[in-house]
Amino acid sequence: MRVLVLPILVPLSTAAVLMLAPKRPALQRWISLTASVFLLASAVLLFLRVNTAGVQVLQVSGWPAPFGITLVADLLSAILVVAVGVVGTAISVVAFSGVDPRREAFGYHPLLQILLMGVAGAFLTGDFFNLYVWFEVMLVASFVLMALNRTRAQMEAAFKYVTINLIASSIFLTALGLLYGATGTLNMAHLARVWPTISTPGADAVLALLFVIAFSIKAGLFPLFFWLPASYHTPPAAIGAAFAGLLTKVGVYALIRVFTLLFHSASPALFALLLAMSAATMVIGLVAALNERDFRRILSFNLVGHIGYTTASLSLLTPAALAGAIFYVLHHIVVITNLYLVSGVLLRLRRTTDMAGLGGMYRDQPVFSALAMIPIFSLAGVPPLSGFLGKLAILEGTFAAGAYWLGGLVLIVGLLTLLSMVRTWADSFWRPADQVPDLAAPGTPLLIAIAALSLLTVAMTIGAEPLFELTSRGAQQLLQRDEYVHAVLGGTP
Amino acid sequence: MEGLLALASGVLYAAGTYLMLRRRLAQLIVGLGLLSNGTNLLIFTAGGLTRARPPVVAAGAAALEPPYADPVPQALVLTAIVIGFGLTAFSLVLAHRVHATAGTDDVDDVGRER
Repeated sequence: MRVLVLPILVPLSTAAVLMLAPKRPALQRWISLTASVFLLASAVLLFLRVNTAGVQVLQVSGWPAPFGITLVADLLSAILVVAVGVVGTAISVVAFSGVDPRREAFGYHPLLQILLMGVAGAFLTGDFFNLYVWFEVMLVASFVLMALNRTRAQMEAAFKYVTINLIASSIFLTALGLLYGATGTLNMAHLARVWPTISTPGADAVLALLFVIAFSIKAGLFPLFFWLPASYHTPPAAIGAAFAGLLTKVGVYALIRVFTLLFHSASPALFALLLAMSAATMVIGLVAALNERDFRRILSFNLVGHIGYTTASLSLLTPAALAGAIFYVLHHIVVITNLYLVSGVLLRLRRTTDMAGLGGMYRDQPVFSALAMIPIFSLAGVPPLSGFLGKLAILEGTFAAGAYWLGGLVLIVGLLTLLSMVRTWADSFWRPADQVPDLAAPGTPLLIAIAALSLLTVAMTIGAEPLFELTSRGAQQLLQRDEYVHAVLGGTP
Repeated sequence: MEGLLALASGVLYAAGTYLMLRRRLAQLIVGLGLLSNGTNLLIFTAGGLTRARPPVVAAGAAALEPPYADPVPQALVLTAIVIGFGLTAFSLVLAHRVHATAGTDDVDDVGRER
């Protein structure tokens, strides 16, 4: 059972060590990398345990649920914690090709570990108030990482980012206060048991709306996503990669949790609202992406648009759609992290990510281009890559649930994504450059990280069937709830 | 009493939201503070107001004797206050940096080159 606490404990102790250790970049980078590999290993161990032995529970300090703080790992949590390990390791490798010295001196490495701890904690906790605390841990780390610079653009982005996230946290906390007032508990499993017996349509609607607003801000759903494209392109690529890969997914995860545990039988209007928000997110995100001429801003809008896929599937709340959503989240974490790293290479080579300054990559940097091709075309949804399979799974989910118009929309938005990414590929890699020489080498560690993530995408494509079987089981577990509730509270299922 | 506290919390939310819609950094931060205090008051009120005994088992007794006050909302509010305090301190420093970098305290002008 103790392995459950490792994904939180490893980054926490590493952050402490890193703050006390001498500020020599090489030393800090090695400690950070070792810790991230440990985090990944413990996450994989946890996942294997959950996969064979079912939901894992740790009652912290032996206080039985619902009185103490509970850590729970079901399949969804365990898979996502593995993804945290993967992203953390990739970012730690990237640090070897150089971090801005100011950032590195002001705690880049410990902050990154705290960010990883916050995300892993959010995925593992079984208590809503504890989830709020992990959100704050994660946010404070991301605030500082975002603001560790003095350019005007970055200051503006950081301030917007901080303000909107603090508002989201306040709304989340308001929901928690009301929920506690109504039920007297904030333990997720206990709430899943108690809430259906006392909920009224009015209370359901108020609480669900507060949760939807708070988590939609974090996840980046229409009409609450405008902060994301305004801020994610300003920090260095490695930080952008960690944010894009993990932070919005925590919002999606929280939405999945509240909807599968608490509001699964809420009024259809609520699901219609989530569906409408998701559909609008998909369309507006991708249309805006087509309107952009900067590689990183294109990525930001693609990120937003694809979050819509997962929440749209969630709003159907059927096993097939939810399995597709989880598959898509996993695919998206790997691919979008990788693409932000690709933007980092572009920045190093040309000092810009604007399309006007790019081009000719395919001729000048054949290895890098071949590697970058995989995530770009995977995000675009070109068969047989993981993006295509993820969209196929979501499409099957929508058709099986009878939501044909949503299926059609998924196809249209898929086409827009294809257009956006193919154009990005053509403009930045394929088109001949306007006589711009490359200013620097791409940096071997950066290329190693990109290669590893690209390989992972290929592996997810080849191993799509077992992976999809896994996410299907995860979806079943979420929708049946019994195993989760029983594991936490004991007693008869 | 609940009504009064609910009203106070509502006023704090409203004032906080109003201030956050202003363009000056300082007002924005005061707004954030009011919003988080409104939330704290809401948790405190929603947790149940009672004129009851503290939740301590009396000497010789085996269990708590109702009515007793619920200690959990206090713990929640305390955590929220600490987090809110930290975040307010951080936003103050950030606002100072924004002002030093951009030379303006108008949110709309921060990103605009002069």
